[in-house]
Amino acid sequence: MDILYFAWVRERIGTDFEDVDAPADVTDLRGLIAWLATRSAGHESALKDIACLRAAVDQRFADLDASIVGAREVAIFPPVTGG
Amino acid sequence: MIHVRLQPEPFDAGAELARLDAQGGGGVASFTGIVRGEGGLTELMLEHHPRMTLAMMQQLAEDAAARWDLLGVTIIHRHGALAPGAGIVFVATAARHRGAALDACASLIDRLKTQAPFWKRETFADGRQAWVEPRAGDDEAAARWLRGDG
Repeated sequence: MDILYFAWVRERIGTDFEDVDAPADVTDLRGLIAWLATRSAGHESALKDIACLRAAVDQRFADLDASIVGAREVAIFPPVTGG
Repeated sequence: MIHVRLQPEPFDAGAELARLDAQGGGGVASFTGIVRGEGGLTELMLEHHPRMTLAMMQQLAEDAAARWDLLGVTIIHRHGALAPGAGIVFVATAARHRGAALDACASLIDRLKTQAPFWKRETFADGRQAWVEPRAGDDEAAARWLRGDG
């Protein structure tokens, strides 16, 4: 699964992209973020406060309770500030 | 006619408006967002999702065109490093009557704020950098149009 990071999430983790194989028992965004947070100190710093994060599954905004089963791409980022 | 662009280059608002003026409607409304130079800001960097951002802009344009029966809608959003005074975003709408053009334009800029995946990083003269946080009023402004009381 492709994981994309943006803005300060990207900066703290130190990369904008990872290709990961999440464990089978990780089935929703909340679980995925908690699992990713264990990968390094940077991941933990970026991902520990889940209330500050937003996400998109296969390029659609998704609630943190949304399923990731079968997803090809998950993007994790702070709230957007367009315009 | 729907016209959506995501680009690092500056845009020519006058040329974009002239194209909408020629759509045969009774009114054209527009909004240009400009980088504010307050607080010693020297650069505003806009980051975007390489595949999702343009698709969301296109979706917002199509939604507005259908809801307000627009004759034309243009959205141009820049990305990359911008200096104070530079244009960031341009939204313009052409319609038969002013109400539709004005409402569609206001709706689009409100929805771009909260639904287009962009992130802004400010750099100041002393070297400090900060990511821009959404304002509390942004979600409410966008939600107003979804409820229909906007």
